[in-house]
Amino acid sequence: MSRFAFTLGLYRDYLANYIKTKLSYRADFWIEVLSDLLFNGLNLVFIFIVFMHTPSLGGWSEAEVVFVYGYFMLASGIFSTFFSAWNFSERYIVKGEMDRVLTRPAHSLTQVMLENMDPPAMFGALVGLVILISSWMTLGLPFHWYDPLVLIVMVLGSCFIYMGIYTAMSAISFYSDAPTGIGPLIYNIQNYGRYPVEIYNKTIKFLLTWLLPFAFVGVYPASFFLGRLEEWWMPWLTPVVGLVFLTLGVAFWNYGVKRYRGAGS
Amino acid sequence: MMSMYLDFVRIRFLMMLAYRVNYYSGIVIYAINIGAYYFLWKAIFGEAETLQGFTVIQMSTYVAVSWMARAFYFNNLDREISNEIVDGSVAIQIIRPYSYLLVKMMQGFGEGLFRLLLFMIPGMIVVSFIFPLELPTDPMQWIVFFVMIWFSFLINTQLNLLTGLGAFFFENNQGIMSMKRIMVDLLSGVVVPIAFFPGWAISIMNWLPFQAITYLPGSVFTGRIQGADVWNALLVQVAWTVVLIVPILLVWRVARRRLFVQGG
Repeated sequence: MSRFAFTLGLYRDYLANYIKTKLSYRADFWIEVLSDLLFNGLNLVFIFIVFMHTPSLGGWSEAEVVFVYGYFMLASGIFSTFFSAWNFSERYIVKGEMDRVLTRPAHSLTQVMLENMDPPAMFGALVGLVILISSWMTLGLPFHWYDPLVLIVMVLGSCFIYMGIYTAMSAISFYSDAPTGIGPLIYNIQNYGRYPVEIYNKTIKFLLTWLLPFAFVGVYPASFFLGRLEEWWMPWLTPVVGLVFLTLGVAFWNYGVKRYRGAGS
Repeated sequence: MMSMYLDFVRIRFLMMLAYRVNYYSGIVIYAINIGAYYFLWKAIFGEAETLQGFTVIQMSTYVAVSWMARAFYFNNLDREISNEIVDGSVAIQIIRPYSYLLVKMMQGFGEGLFRLLLFMIPGMIVVSFIFPLELPTDPMQWIVFFVMIWFSFLINTQLNLLTGLGAFFFENNQGIMSMKRIMVDLLSGVVVPIAFFPGWAISIMNWLPFQAITYLPGSVFTGRIQGADVWNALLVQVAWTVVLIVPILLVWRVARRRLFVQGG
């Protein structure tokens, strides 16, 4: 427990530090928020334009697709707030910063996450929540007392999936220092998860459900609230898959850290 | 004089060749993106035979060819210029006996040429095996298409130069660059063909340079623009290429007077 409190304390200190740096470059902060929202806006505009020409997308109505997108924004926004080590290989392995991280008491992954916090992404999550609530009302979905709790569990599960996958991606650089270009690749596959999986063919659907389970950051958990429960247990796999992937990702990381020998400079 | 600029094209081409991993993963990324939009559009069509005059096959051809054209015209010159202005190395380049903007354009062309030969053409072959596409049979259509994506490159690069030079005026150019990038992707027709936008938006977009980047060449390739209209489309591209020279030269004149380099 004291270890948990220690890590939590670190989060508070790093966040305070982040805020202090950003307060001296305030414009930068808002520009980051703006770029982030613009990118999400582009995808929403795409959805709106598409639904001018079709009443449904693979059996999903406009409000439902927007709901799924809102969920996606919420989960991925929260995830990127705490984890955005996109240049891990270059910064930590090639430039040797990993050695500094390893000499400190906190867990190496925690430190890497802390040093790459990205609070502007939180605004994306907020906008996602607003979209979620407004399409909730458009659809006239019933509201149960347990829905907010379920939402928290689902979003946590989705974030765990992202964390597991991207932790494993970053950990690849412990095993091979050559650039693999796999990060952007996965990032592009991630975008498939924003739309109902029914529209893809069997192979892609299988990939998105079991191998790179990005469908659990969007369609599956969202279908719980939308009441589309052809397979009622599917949404509930979100936290399970999340825990499995997070465990695997962290194990892969820890094993990588053990193998890591430094860049040698 | 010309051979000097051609050397910039050659050097950038070789530089791209040295970073081959990016290139391999790039092909896969484009295939992933084309795949995503292919399935999306198939679902959007659903039972419908045609939407806005597009058949399903025409649509997948349009998606594939517009992403492939994007591989050719896309470059990060705005970021490069912006970084060089911020770190001050632009000063050294300005005093060299060449035109800075022209050199940047040549470097972008070297990059584009690399992607055209080693990425776009093999990529198109791979994609045409995976997805049902309808390639034009008339050789003239191919020739016009390649001329048109050359102008797409010019127009997109001019927009990149313009946004990159923004760094002379703003301390943080990031916001403008990402706004430009999103505008190019949305308004040029890569994500949604312009015919799908609501009427009022189309009439605005007809007066913007973005449609000349992807929508016009894509429409010629899929045979949606035919006969004399092809020359009109080409004319629109030429006109924008010429028109965009004016703001670039103006900004460049003003910008050079503003340049101050700290340290160095």
